[in-house]
Amino acid sequence: MVKVILDNVSKFFGKVKAVIDLNLRIGDGEFVALLGPSGCGKTTTLLMVAGIYKPTKGKILFDDKDVTKLPPRDRNVGMVFQSYALYPHMSVYDNIAFPLRLKKVPRNEIDRKVKQVAKLLRIEELLHRKPSQLSGGQQQRVALGRALVKEPDVLLLDEPLSNLDAKLRVVMRAELKRLQKELKITTIYVTHDQVEAMSMADRIAVMNAGKLQQYAPPTELYNKPANLFVAGFIGAPPMNFIEGLIKEINGEYYFDSEYFKLKLVNEIGEIIASKTSETIMGFRPENAKIILEEKPNTIQGKVYVVEPLGKDIIVNIKIGDMIVKILTRPGAELTPGQNIWLQLDMKKIHFFEKQTGKAII
Amino acid sequence: MALKISRKMLPWIFLAPMLMMIIFSWIAPVLLTVYLGFTDLSSKNFLDFIRNFFTENVHLTLENFEKIFFAKDPYVVEALTITAIYVVSVLSINAIFALVLSIAIAYFVRNEIVSMLLRVSWLIPRIMPGIIYALVWNWFIDPKYGLLNTLLKFAGVPEALLPESWLLSPPYSQILMIVVNGYVGASFGMIIYTAAIKSIPTDIINAALVDGASDFQIARHIIVPLLKWPMLFVISWQTLSLLSSYEYILMIWGSGGGGGYAGIARAAKVMVWSLYSYSKAFAAEEHLYGYASALSLILVIVGVVLIITYFKIFGFRRLMEPSRIEV
Ligand SMILES: Nc1ncnc2c1ncn2[C@@H]1O[C@H](COP(=O)(O)OP(=O)(O)O)[C@@H](O)[C@H]1O
Ligand SMILES: [Mg+2]
Repeated sequence: MVKVILDNVSKFFGKVKAVIDLNLRIGDGEFVALLGPSGCGKTTTLLMVAGIYKPTKGKILFDDKDVTKLPPRDRNVGMVFQSYALYPHMSVYDNIAFPLRLKKVPRNEIDRKVKQVAKLLRIEELLHRKPSQLSGGQQQRVALGRALVKEPDVLLLDEPLSNLDAKLRVVMRAELKRLQKELKITTIYVTHDQVEAMSMADRIAVMNAGKLQQYAPPTELYNKPANLFVAGFIGAPPMNFIEGLIKEINGEYYFDSEYFKLKLVNEIGEIIASKTSETIMGFRPENAKIILEEKPNTIQGKVYVVEPLGKDIIVNIKIGDMIVKILTRPGAELTPGQNIWLQLDMKKIHFFEKQTGKAII
Repeated sequence: MALKISRKMLPWIFLAPMLMMIIFSWIAPVLLTVYLGFTDLSSKNFLDFIRNFFTENVHLTLENFEKIFFAKDPYVVEALTITAIYVVSVLSINAIFALVLSIAIAYFVRNEIVSMLLRVSWLIPRIMPGIIYALVWNWFIDPKYGLLNTLLKFAGVPEALLPESWLLSPPYSQILMIVVNGYVGASFGMIIYTAAIKSIPTDIINAALVDGASDFQIARHIIVPLLKWPMLFVISWQTLSLLSSYEYILMIWGSGGGGGYAGIARAAKVMVWSLYSYSKAFAAEEHLYGYASALSLILVIVGVVLIITYFKIFGFRRLMEPSRIEV
């Protein structure tokens, strides 16, 4: 097991800047998720760690060893590709045995290890089949088996669950997490699904357009997003954003949007006002309450549409010509067009600089 | 719609032009060859024969096959030997050397532009009209003015090893025959192979790299096994076209003009079976159409037997299972 360090790593394909100045430290045995929208450079990062791509700039270290220039076969990494990339002409057994055969491991040793991995992943009865005769979930296990059989120092997983159906995905999520904790392999897990990242990873590196946005444990990412991108990317339904100005009137601070004025807690207002006046306020759908009569410091709106989710409902509320989403328990009947008031949990609202998108508080 | 065509008819209507072509250009000639092979048709009885075409008056005979199988035509054995050398050697170039070259060009050469230039350079003989290709070779091998001997001398080949004439001195003439056909034929295999190599998903190659394979091991354990199907196709196709192709031999050894090519080709030992058959039918003083048909018929049968053998060797049934290259 090793620590993995990416030190100012960039990768350019001609004019395309796939990864820009990425710094990441991944602890020994840690499970880190690389999270970001499609095309943000996650796969490229993974392939650099694997040694398929050479970084344009920067260094990659395993423990203290600089592996930047080492070919894949000298790095002892295991990787599961998004497409699984099973060798179509080989049986499941041969697929899993392939890395060991290349290492010239003795035949009976190979047999023992393949069977051991097959047992761990519960694919023993599939060993004689060809990849084309397997379901998506089975292929995924075989790919995982092939990556694990050589007892890698680092395990790289590129969206391993994205080709599975929703139900299987939930099952495999838990299994992968258990397996990782059991084997204690340093793992980098690429996904564009924030739920996957939040539920599995010890730490999450959020990327956008080739740049690292924030690198933190899931709860911190959720409660203290570093910028607008992270705030909007983490959480479903996403955080609501409203533009407005911070104004000081008689020693009291107000958030003044086009459609409403909200009095802020004094300390918070002071901090924001000391930085900027043009802000974007953000609040999560679960951090606001819908009330049916006017109270001080609430926001007036009209019910636009209600989306039932089973246990909860999402109420879309029109404030002026903006729509915000509120997550709440089903209660009083809400009909489209009805007048309601929103009471925000003032301790859980976020403010971002409008210019840079950076979080203020 | 006034016109209603049933679903069963529709495919046949679309297929009709193709089927007509196959019937007229392929099935009919084969049937005609079979029929003529059992007759003694020649220029001497041509008019009689036309008059009696497909009636019981036509003299049906096994004479032609007796001539072939009981060595009554002494040249048959030599033609067979030359054909075997020709097909095996050129096939090695077209199917196996082309495979090595394709892997080199499409996998080992990472630069797309270089790779494309190399591929195009192998395509040049194919986009050239055949007669020009043959003429270029004729100039190239000319002992006095040609470049070939000069180049070989330059490369350090001793003068004593160079032939007086590449065209006429037997082992050299056969080498020439193999190279001329190999070069033009290799491009076909290369097109098929390079396309197939490029269609192997990069993920699979990358997976093998991560699993610890060297480039050579990837070629051997991943690329070649995945090219089984294209290989079967190229080998079968090339076998059939080699068995029946004599046009470059005819163009190069017959470039002197007239009907003299038959004698020259025999002397140079480049008289392959198909050319022999052609010469029996069309060379001066011969015009033995019946015998030529019988010779061709043998070729058709040999071709079919070889194809069946290949399919057996490659495990056609396994190839047909849906586990070829998947994306
Ligand atoms: N081999 C390549 N050549 C050129 N551009 C590439 C290559 N691989 C990736 N890119 C580009 O780099 C960017 C990041 O790609 P990728 O790492 O695959 O994104 P992700 O895995 O996050 O979806 C994309 O804009 C993509 O088009
Ligand atoms: Mg990707």
